[in-house]
Amino acid sequence: MTFQTLVFYAFAAILIFAALRVVTTRNTVHAALWLVLSFFSAAGVWLLLQAEFLAIALVLVYVGAVMVLFLFVVMMLDVNFDKMRERFRSYIPVGATVGILVLGEMALVLLGGYLGGKTPPLPATASYSNTRTLGLQIYTEYAYPFEIAAMILLVAIIAAIALTHRRRRETKYQDPGAQVRVRREDRLRIVQMPAEKREP
Amino acid sequence: MTWLSQPTLAHYLVLGAILFSISVIGIFLNRRNVLIILMAIELMLLAVNLNFIAFSRFLGDPAGQVFVFFILTVAAAESAIGLAILVLLFRNVGSIDVEDIGKLRG
Repeated sequence: MTFQTLVFYAFAAILIFAALRVVTTRNTVHAALWLVLSFFSAAGVWLLLQAEFLAIALVLVYVGAVMVLFLFVVMMLDVNFDKMRERFRSYIPVGATVGILVLGEMALVLLGGYLGGKTPPLPATASYSNTRTLGLQIYTEYAYPFEIAAMILLVAIIAAIALTHRRRRETKYQDPGAQVRVRREDRLRIVQMPAEKREP
Repeated sequence: MTWLSQPTLAHYLVLGAILFSISVIGIFLNRRNVLIILMAIELMLLAVNLNFIAFSRFLGDPAGQVFVFFILTVAAAESAIGLAILVLLFRNVGSIDVEDIGKLRG
């Protein structure tokens, strides 16, 4: 057993344990923290697969931004956990059965086809840069999906702000459309009044 | 004991399968807590990403990793919007219990 195998099994064991704790823990804040640990372990596994750019992107973007967002929301919401855990115990038998069946089916398919090292890993030369390879692909052949991904992020920003923005009632702002649509009758009222004669 | 040797493609795929089934169990067990469901969806995406990267490595095609790049982008966007909706829901209803979201009468 080489060192790489040991590292793989260590990271995989931590990853599976952390994922199990995410779904079984009673406290939602703990679940978010276990999820952070599982992302770190997954980044370790990805490093073993020589995908270092994506491993670092996972840690920086996913853990650093998305999980921090999760933690913000989790800590901000004052949740009553007990009411939500009432029927947890009764779901366990069916849930575990479904999960084990799903896992068993997937494992049967995968082990039947891919065990035995039919496709050995291609040796990477010392000058192989994963970031460079990815960059060459993304900016040439996959440039259009890259732009679409940017649009998706823009839409997400606008949607999140538009959903949660609270408008303060006392702020004054201009509405140019209403200003242009104004009519004479809205601004001016001509009143007939007889002229008053004043004593000289 | 061939499975104790150098990790082959099957090892990584089975790891992805285990993660996926854990997240399916998670959605099953935590059906009332919307936050845990969102976290289980993130775990599912992680499992799928692991599959993509394993295949990309063992077949020598960087397209798998490029796709993981885009999956990360979309997952981040979806988490942001999902959490915004959750915050809004909490503001209006006062809890994040799925059973309290009965306002939409179809």
